[in-house]
Amino acid sequence: MATALAIESLRKVYGNGFEALKGITLEVEEGDFFALLGPNGAGKSTTLGIVSSLVNKTSGKVEVFGHDIDKDLVKAKLNLGVVPQEFNFNQFEKVFDIVVTQAGYYGIPAKIAKNNAEKYLNELGLWDKHDQPARMLSGGMKRRLMIARALVHDPKLIILDEPTAGVDIELRRSMWSFLTEVNKEGKTIILTTHYLEEAEALCRNIAIIDRGEILEHANKRDLLRKLHNETFVLDIAGQLSQAPQLEGYPVRLTGEGQLEVDVAGERSLNDAFRQLDSLGVEVSSMRTKTNRLEELFIRLVSEEKEKQQKEAVDA
Amino acid sequence: MLNANWVAFQTIVIKEVRRFTRIWPQTILPPAITMTLYFVIFGNLIGPRIGEMGGYAYMDFIVPGLIMMSVITNAYSNVVSSFFGMKFQHCIEELLVAPVPNYIILLGYVGGGVARGLAVGFIVTLVSLGFTDLQIHHLGVVISVVVLTAVLFSLGGFINAVYANKFDDISIVPTFVLTPLTYLGGVFYSITLLPGFWQDVSLINPILYMVNAFRYGLLGVSDINIGVAYGMILLFIAILFFYSLSLLNRGVGIRN
Repeated sequence: MATALAIESLRKVYGNGFEALKGITLEVEEGDFFALLGPNGAGKSTTLGIVSSLVNKTSGKVEVFGHDIDKDLVKAKLNLGVVPQEFNFNQFEKVFDIVVTQAGYYGIPAKIAKNNAEKYLNELGLWDKHDQPARMLSGGMKRRLMIARALVHDPKLIILDEPTAGVDIELRRSMWSFLTEVNKEGKTIILTTHYLEEAEALCRNIAIIDRGEILEHANKRDLLRKLHNETFVLDIAGQLSQAPQLEGYPVRLTGEGQLEVDVAGERSLNDAFRQLDSLGVEVSSMRTKTNRLEELFIRLVSEEKEKQQKEAVDA
Repeated sequence: MLNANWVAFQTIVIKEVRRFTRIWPQTILPPAITMTLYFVIFGNLIGPRIGEMGGYAYMDFIVPGLIMMSVITNAYSNVVSSFFGMKFQHCIEELLVAPVPNYIILLGYVGGGVARGLAVGFIVTLVSLGFTDLQIHHLGVVISVVVLTAVLFSLGGFINAVYANKFDDISIVPTFVLTPLTYLGGVFYSITLLPGFWQDVSLINPILYMVNAFRYGLLGVSDINIGVAYGMILLFIAILFFYSLSLLNRGVGIRN
């Protein structure tokens, strides 16, 4: 399996002296569905901006499918499709023209460009709007237009910077299934998102970045295993006056017919259910209290913050 | 790759032509109306009282200058407004993420500016036919000078757009530099009318060379040597082209 994206010791210092990236190293395998997560200002967009040639790097190395952006930028760009965070098309141009023009920038002749544009606008449910100026589209449609534009030259690696920001739930789900299909067809996808359930639902590998440094870079399962505790909310049939006592599991009665059970990483849920069953407590439904990835994300970021504060005090 | 670059170049030029034709009431119509007013007021009303200039009726004398003025301002403003608009709306990112070499980006925008300059120049020429019988002394000079001038001012517009950070910045140069240079570039008078010192000062105005070279192509008269005029235009084009390219290569104003 080839490496779709290889980043090595990447640094970015902006003109005002702000160090946005402190020498990060990252690898994304071909065919992966990869999430780059981090709070606002963590360095996600700077990283993707450098990969897509929108931001000049200070130092370090970036390769897209083995093509170094310093030595072989044209080939690197040919393999790359970019969906930015902000709308960056001419709002007065027609939807079809925007996609065809982008294909032209990649050297695709007009006839093929028009066919590709029709194909992707159809797949993203925008064909009936193809003759309208882009400003007439809704926010969700504009996001889909940017995805169609990024795909029109058939890139092997697609970078999406918060592709579902401001999109309603139904549309978000349909974009998830579209991106999953695109990934199944063999394209590598890297996305940044603030919706951690999105990363958990779609991605196989995850990197967490904060203040220009990679805090974690691992398989999603391995990452989630690092959660020492997980809290489950159980809806129970009938009424309880107090929380049942379960050996090895702290339990709280949080509402009428609702329990919260803390499950340590090494323990199994089956045992908790067996104990509840023996006490005659019937569980009608269950869910995790918070998104697991969100929990881990918050923990890692706050640990890093505490570490930096401590270092500052010690210094 | 050569073919891909050619497609990319065509794409940029087509996009630019589509842009200025889509907004024709802002791009094509105003210069046609303005120049018609110049012809009526300066040519028809005031011109007969002035008499001859450079051996020609005043109307005939100002026609080449006015055509050139419209070519200069339109080539310049097309590139400065379009490229700055791309920066402002972040559409420039569409080009920057694509494998388009910087010289193709530059040539594409210059091509768009030249297309608008020539389109407006052609319309103003048609309007002028309603006021005078246009003669052509040397067709090759007419075509080459008008194209080279459009190229030169498209490059000027490009540099202005690269440095512009707000809309005010794209009107400062046309208002305070381009318009005075055009008016003082021999559009309405022959520099032989000026005292010696001011004639010498006029010679540092690049627009003087273009207006006179174009006038030579149409009427066969010029205040300056035609070879010098070509030399100056080509020199300025070379300087502005390589400067524009270095701005793009360094990402000035377009990359963080």
